[in-house]
Amino acid sequence: MKSLQKESTRLGWAAFFMVLMAFMVTRPMFAQNAAPADPMKAIVDNSSAMRIGIDTVWVLVTAMLVFWMNAGFALVESGLCQAKNCTNILAKNFIVFAASTISFWVLGWGLMFGDGNGFIGLNGLWLVSGTDNSPALGEAYAAMNPFSTVKYEGVYSAINWTPVPLWAKFFFQLVFAGTAATIVSGAVAERIKFGAFLIFSFLLVAFIYPVTGHWIWGGGFLGSNNFRDFAGSSVVHSVGGWAALAGVIALGPRLGKYGKDGKINAIPGHSMTSAALGVLVLWLGWFGFNPGSTMSAGNGTAIAHILVNTNMAAATGALGALLTAWILLKKPDLSMILNGCLAGLVAITAPCAFVSIGSGAIIGLFGGALVVLAVLMFDRLKLDDPVGALSVHLVNGIWGTLALGLFYDNQVSTDIAALATGLTRSQQFMVQLKGVFWVGLFAFTASMVFWYLLKLTMGIRVSVDEEMEGLDVGEHGNRAYPDFVITGTTTISESRI
Amino acid sequence: MKKLECIVRPHKLEEVKGALEALGVLGMTVSEVRGVGRQKGHTEHYRGSEYTVDFLPKVKIEVIIPNETLQQAVEAVSKAAKTGKFGDGKIFVFSVEEVIRIRTGEVGAQAI
Repeated sequence: MKSLQKESTRLGWAAFFMVLMAFMVTRPMFAQNAAPADPMKAIVDNSSAMRIGIDTVWVLVTAMLVFWMNAGFALVESGLCQAKNCTNILAKNFIVFAASTISFWVLGWGLMFGDGNGFIGLNGLWLVSGTDNSPALGEAYAAMNPFSTVKYEGVYSAINWTPVPLWAKFFFQLVFAGTAATIVSGAVAERIKFGAFLIFSFLLVAFIYPVTGHWIWGGGFLGSNNFRDFAGSSVVHSVGGWAALAGVIALGPRLGKYGKDGKINAIPGHSMTSAALGVLVLWLGWFGFNPGSTMSAGNGTAIAHILVNTNMAAATGALGALLTAWILLKKPDLSMILNGCLAGLVAITAPCAFVSIGSGAIIGLFGGALVVLAVLMFDRLKLDDPVGALSVHLVNGIWGTLALGLFYDNQVSTDIAALATGLTRSQQFMVQLKGVFWVGLFAFTASMVFWYLLKLTMGIRVSVDEEMEGLDVGEHGNRAYPDFVITGTTTISESRI
Repeated sequence: MKKLECIVRPHKLEEVKGALEALGVLGMTVSEVRGVGRQKGHTEHYRGSEYTVDFLPKVKIEVIIPNETLQQAVEAVSKAAKTGKFGDGKIFVFSVEEVIRIRTGEVGAQAI
């Protein structure tokens, strides 16, 4: 999605000056070479290559920032779990990107971006092997690279609006798919079989993520009916959240989390240092996630607006959670503040290019408050989520998608996202609501089917003894901290089921 | 010879060590331990849920001293470790039959 500019005048001037400069720089060369065929063509081609180079660097560097979010998730999730399960969580978060890479390459990309019908991609399905002459642009997007003279021909036309090569598009989309898969890891932590998680990750990135992704970003029925999601509150975060929710239901809570008398026992995470650093890594990574989703460096105003909106919501999200926790729980619990920052980031991911900065601040603040309430709510419902992934990614993915409608600004949407719908806020809200419904229905149902298939075949939960002992030794044969004496939480042993 | 097993608050370790050194006690063994007593446990909060910490962290200091230093040592440790609140800890006194320095084979008081 994004950036189909209407700034041809400005681009025209830019083009003029670039051609002029390129001409001045290259003139001596032409003077020496005998009779160049067409100097103007050479200059235009050079300028086109330069433009493609700049855009490609932007897309790949921001993709690398998003890749690095894997490190953030690994730190957050391992920090918020017990020391006896630390190796297991790190192993899951590490291998999930490897699984995503293969899955998205083999099938995910094709299902998501291949030309097809409103529901799935059908062309160029396997191994990103369809015809494609990227970085050539689609008819409607010539302004994205005014020097390019070649028109797009290929089977991935839903993403022919960005002037970068196919593999840059692939890598950028891959790191997003990987993010969705890594969300599941934290919610199902401390009790899931490593093998079952690995297989589910393959399935999620090969089938579930790309289907809903096709609906929104791949030319499917939601995106073409005015549903908007700039960088993936729905596409990435709520899809990961729905898959996680299905996993949490299929698995059941950790031993001792909910007492027989209805008491909710805390199972404290083992390293707040790790969790806090992880969130800082994620906060940085989000500066790739949202601003990078322009997939072009051509519109500086858009990038700056999106980046500041992203930062604003992260800041107000942290503050919103801090205030809510302080008032409701009497203390500003750090783990809640960390969740609040992430909640703000998830919530602003869809609307960052469609709403004003002020709206972004409100969206984040509300997201931060929401995440604290959601953590308490999921515990009441006995849905055990050790790291708050459901509250952060599912609840705030939905909130952000709806907030795009509530705070929709047609001027911002024209200038920044270049994807204005012209609808009123209430109309846009209804469109967003329908999208949330369809994405939720499919992602949750499909995830449930996969989780139960795994449960009935290989089993998804480790044995009671292994869970008590820790998954580090049970699943991987060694401990994260072999040289330290670690004392287990006392609350767990009392209610061994 | 006597052995003192002193259970004290972790942050009192340095003071107790200083007091013993002032008496000429040069060797001691220290372990991090957890225990429960009259101080009882307390509750902590995490993500909206409460949990009790029954076993509180303490430091256990083991020293071997000649019989004649016993009284002074007990007083020194007590003075250094005391805050006057529940949880200051305890001192257990044992008789020691023999001490052997492994390196030299020395025995008795000179091996301490």
